[in-house]
Amino acid sequence: MYDVIIIGAGIIGNFIARELSKYELDILLMDKENDISNGATKANTAIIHAGFDAPNGSKMAYFNVRGNPMFDQVCDELGVPFKRIGSLVLAFDDTDLKTLKVLYNRGLKSGVPKMEILNRDQVEKMEPNISHNVQGALYAKTAGIIGPWELAIALGENAIENGVELSLNTEALNIDKTSNGYNVFTNKGKTEGRIVINCAGIYADKLNNMVSHNKFRIIPKKGQYYLMDKTVGNIVNTVIFQCPTEKGKGIVVTPTVHGNLIIGPDSEIIEEKEDTKTDSHRLKFVAKVASKSLPNIPFDKVITTFAGIRAEPETGDFIIGEPEDAPGFINVAGIKSPGLSASPAIAEYVVNMVGGINNGLVKKDNYNPNRKKIIRFNQLSNEEKNELIKIDPRYGKVICRCETITEGEIIDAIHRKAGATTVDGVKRRARPGSGRCQGGFCMPRVMEILAREQGKDIEEIVKDSLDSYILTGKTK
Amino acid sequence: MNYDLVVVGGGPAGLAAAIRAKELGVMDILIIERDNELGGILNQCIHNGFGLHIFKKELTGPEYAKIFMDKVEELGIDYKLNTFVLDINDKKELAVVNSTDGFFSIQAKAIILAMGCRERPRGAINIPGTRPSGIFTAGTAQRFINIEGYMVGKKVVILGSGDIGLIMARRLTLEGAKVEAVAEIMPYPNGLKRNIAQCLEDFNIPLLLEHTVIDIIGRSRIEGVILAKVDEDRNVIKGTEKHIECDTLILSVGLIPENELSKSAGVKMDPLTSGPLVDETLETSVAGIFACGNVLHVHDLVDNVTKESYKAGESAAKYIKEVGEKKKIKDNIVHLYPEKGVRYVLPQYLDIDNLDENINLFMRVDNIYKNIEIIVETNGKVIKKFKRNQLFPSEMESILLRKEDLNNMTGNKVSVYIK
Repeated sequence: MYDVIIIGAGIIGNFIARELSKYELDILLMDKENDISNGATKANTAIIHAGFDAPNGSKMAYFNVRGNPMFDQVCDELGVPFKRIGSLVLAFDDTDLKTLKVLYNRGLKSGVPKMEILNRDQVEKMEPNISHNVQGALYAKTAGIIGPWELAIALGENAIENGVELSLNTEALNIDKTSNGYNVFTNKGKTEGRIVINCAGIYADKLNNMVSHNKFRIIPKKGQYYLMDKTVGNIVNTVIFQCPTEKGKGIVVTPTVHGNLIIGPDSEIIEEKEDTKTDSHRLKFVAKVASKSLPNIPFDKVITTFAGIRAEPETGDFIIGEPEDAPGFINVAGIKSPGLSASPAIAEYVVNMVGGINNGLVKKDNYNPNRKKIIRFNQLSNEEKNELIKIDPRYGKVICRCETITEGEIIDAIHRKAGATTVDGVKRRARPGSGRCQGGFCMPRVMEILAREQGKDIEEIVKDSLDSYILTGKTK
Repeated sequence: MNYDLVVVGGGPAGLAAAIRAKELGVMDILIIERDNELGGILNQCIHNGFGLHIFKKELTGPEYAKIFMDKVEELGIDYKLNTFVLDINDKKELAVVNSTDGFFSIQAKAIILAMGCRERPRGAINIPGTRPSGIFTAGTAQRFINIEGYMVGKKVVILGSGDIGLIMARRLTLEGAKVEAVAEIMPYPNGLKRNIAQCLEDFNIPLLLEHTVIDIIGRSRIEGVILAKVDEDRNVIKGTEKHIECDTLILSVGLIPENELSKSAGVKMDPLTSGPLVDETLETSVAGIFACGNVLHVHDLVDNVTKESYKAGESAAKYIKEVGEKKKIKDNIVHLYPEKGVRYVLPQYLDIDNLDENINLFMRVDNIYKNIEIIVETNGKVIKKFKRNQLFPSEMESILLRKEDLNNMTGNKVSVYIK
C-alpha cells in the first residue's frame, strides 16, 4: 500500500512527485503513456507567464504569480534550460491600448512585479522586426521561456532518485474507495494508496467521476503550432503576445530555450481527447494572425508543425482540492494555461494538502534536490570538449549533425533514472532529431544505440508509444 | 595541425576532388568524413546505373565508390573517419572532433566543401495530420533496408517522385512490400525518365501526378493517408480526396544542399541553388574555399558530380600553388543570371581574365519545354543559342561556351533564358 499514488506524469504529476519525495512517503507515479510528459507537457508554447492575464482572485492568477519566481531555483537544481527574456503584449489600436492598461492593472492587483507600458519607439527598439503598426506594449520582465518536457523529465528523474516509484504504460481503469484509501485498478492490476492525486490532464474528469458525485468535465482544446529553424530564432528577443480581443487571445511568437522560433497556438474545442492532428487550414490562420505582430516571418524555415491539447475545465479555473465526498482524493485538474507557470506553486500547495491529510510530513534526511549534471557537448568550451573526450571518447562521436549531439549524450539520456527507451524519448532528453533534418540522418543511429544500450533487438525499438513500431522485420 | 588541402566530406564529390588535387601535386591532403567509411551515400545505393558516362559501364553505388576509395588508398591520401567538422572560419581554420583525437583545429591553405545534401523532411513541406511512426524520408528507408537489413513497412505510399523515391519504390517491391502509389504534386515527375520506366512502369506502380498527401491517419503507427488532386496553383480540388490504407509513407520531396559549415565560413549563398555562389573554378566568395557535388547544387547523376569535383580539385591545386605568389586579382567578373524558364545557372560568376577555352554552364529549367532554344545573352545581344528538343526540370542541362564567345561582350551581366 502506497502512501500516495499520483496518476499522470505530466508537469504537474512530476512536480508533485518531486516535492513529495522530500518526505518519508511511499509514492507511486503512474502514467498510461510510454514516457513521462507525453501529453500537454510536450506540446505547448513553453513559456513562463508573468501572471497578469488570469482574472484577479482566480486560482490561475494566484498560482501563476506565486509560481513564476520559483523557476530559477528548481531549474538550477535540475539543470533545466530556462531564460527570463520578458514578454510584450502588443497593442495595434486605441482599443488595444486601453486593454494594455486593463492588463497592467490586473497584473498589479494580482501582485505581478516589474511591468511597464512601453510606447511605440521603446517597443521598436526592443524588437526591431516588429510590425510598424504597433502602438505600444505591456512589457513584463519576469516572463520567461523554458523546456517544459525537460523540466518534467528532470523532476521525474529527481523524484525517482529520491525514492518515488514510476510505472509507465499503466492506465487507471477504475478507482474504488476503501476504508483507508483507494484501490486503483490498472491494466497491470490493482494498487492501493491512502491518498490519490489526480493529475490526469485531459482525463482528470474521468478519474474524478469514478470516485465523486461532484462531477465535472474537462474540455479538450487543441492548439496548433509552427516550429522554425534556429537560423530565425533571433527574429524576436522576447515572448510576443497580442492584445486579447473579442476575436481571441491572438497568436504568440517566441524564441525557444534552444534557439528555435515557436508560433502558435490557435484554439479549437475538439471531440476526441487525443486528436493531435494538424491541419493546413488552421495553421494558415495561425500564420496569418502571427504576421500581424511580425510581418516578415520566413515560413520557409518551418522545421515542423504540431498540435497540443489543453485541459480546459468547464468551471473556467483550475480545479484543485478534495471533492467533499472523496477525502484523500486530490484533484489537480483543468490545469490549462498558465498551468506550466503555476506548476511549482501548485505542487507546493498540494504538498501542504497531503500534509494535512497525513497529519504532518516527516522530512527525509537524505533528500537530494540536485540532478547529476547533464553535459551538453555543443555548449562546452574547446578545452572542456577535449578533456571530456579524453575521459569518455563517446563524446567525440557526433550522432546528430543538425544539433551537434554526441553519442555520449544519448547514452547518458538512456541510462538516467526515468531514462529514454524510445526514439522520441531520446529526442526529448538529448535533442537528436530536433533539428532541421528532423532525424532523417540520425534516427537509424539513435535506434542502434538504444538497442545496444538496452540489450534489445533493433526491431523492438519504437518511436514513442509501445505500438509505434518502426521496422517490420528483416529483409529477404 | 596544418594541411595544404582539407576536403570536408568523403562521398563521391570529396573523393574525386582529393584525388585530382593529389594527382596535380598537392602533397598534404586530408579528407574528413563523419561516417565510419568513405563513399558517402553511394554505399547505400546498391542499384546499378552509376558510371555510364564516366566509365561507360553500369556500376552499383558501392562499386562506383570503390574505384575512388581504392584510388585514395593508392595515392596515399590521408583521411579521418567518424570525424565531424564543427566549424570553419573565413581564415580557413576548421574546428574538428572525433573520439580518438578529441577536439582539434586544422589550418588549411585551401578547403573543398563536399558535404553533400540532406533530404527535406515532413515538417518542411507541412504535411498535416497525426505524427505516428512509419514516415521515412526515402534515403533513411534506403539506409535501413540496404545497410541495416531491415524492412520499414508492408503497404507503402510514396510522396514525391524524386529519384531516391522511385528507386525505393522498386526496392520495396522487390522486398515484398506493396507500393500503392507514388504521388507527385507537380504535373511532371521529379525523377529521371529511366527511373520512371524501370522502377514504376515495370512494376505497375501507379504514378499520380498533381496529387499530394493532405492528411496522415494513425496515432501510433501510420494507418493511412488521404491523397487528393491539386489544381494548377497546387490547391486541393475538393471531392478528389481518397483514403489509402498504408503502414508506411516514404517522402521523396527534395534535397537541400547542406551548407551550415559553408555559412559559418562566411561563404555567400545562392538562394536558387541553396548552395554557394561560385565562379568557373568553383571557388566560393571566400578565396581558397571551393565547393563541388551536391553541396553546390543537387545533381541527378554521380558522373556529373565526379566531373565537377575533378574541376574543384584542379582549382584548389592551382590555388595552393599560387598562394605566396602574386595573388591573382579578380577584377573582371561577369555575373550570370537565370531568366525566363531557367531556375538556376551555375557557375554564377565568370572571371573573364582567367577563363579556360571551354566554359561549361549547368542549369535547370522550371517546367517541361519542347523544341526550344536556350539563349545566352548579354546587354540585349545574343551570344549563343542552343537548340533542344525537350528539357525537363528533373534533368540537369549543360551548355558549352567558348572563351571567344565572351570576347566582345559589353557590361558584366550575362543572362540565360528559354525561347
